[in-house]
Amino acid sequence: MLSLLAITSEPLELERIAAALAASVGADAGADGAVVTFLGLVRNHNLARSVRYLEYEAYAPLALKAFERIATEIRDRWPSARLALHHRVGRLEIGEASVAIAARSPHRADAYAACRYAIERVKQIAPIWKREFFDGGDVWIEGATADPDDQRARAEAERAACA
Amino acid sequence: MRVTVRLFARLRDIAGVSELARDLAPGATIGDLWRQLAHEFPELARYERSISSAVNADYARMDQRVSDGDEIAFLPPVSGG
Repeated sequence: MLSLLAITSEPLELERIAAALAASVGADAGADGAVVTFLGLVRNHNLARSVRYLEYEAYAPLALKAFERIATEIRDRWPSARLALHHRVGRLEIGEASVAIAARSPHRADAYAACRYAIERVKQIAPIWKREFFDGGDVWIEGATADPDDQRARAEAERAACA
Repeated sequence: MRVTVRLFARLRDIAGVSELARDLAPGATIGDLWRQLAHEFPELARYERSISSAVNADYARMDQRVSDGDEIAFLPPVSGG
């Protein structure tokens, strides 16, 4: 069966990820009333640059631990929600999916919140980097300093999730 | 003692390698190792306040002591998603 948390160089298949999440819940799946999914796509523009493609790299063993941490944080905050999270690495063309998330729960509010929280936390603490190749050059994108114990960042992600 | 250093993204580009081995004095911290590398590759120095570090694929603090055989990773600000 497909892992719920993964770093992969293969194209992401949201349907299969959502199906794996449903299977993992087992007999309790009938209690869930909502699945919220998110697909992050490679965009053809960024900061007024025309983007040609992106290259993603990850420190895979630590990234998987970060994903596990995100799943644990979600269970602490939304105990009935369950998460699947896959991130792609390697060269990605415009329009391809870089990240796929599925969150399910008995009620939609928790599924929406868990899904949004997961992507916010990925951007904060997952050791993954994108290099942008644009018309005229390339640049490593550098966002947040990864610190899983930064409670302020975690609270920010929670605020976004519950907005 | 001898440790393995892993560098990612722009840090790897600056050093020109993704992995290298370094000898450290007993009791050395991750911060000591970082300063040694920043001396060797001066362009790394501007990441002093924005990097994260990991020991054997677990996030760690810069004042953590390292042990013989550890894999120490230095991570520039992340940009997944």
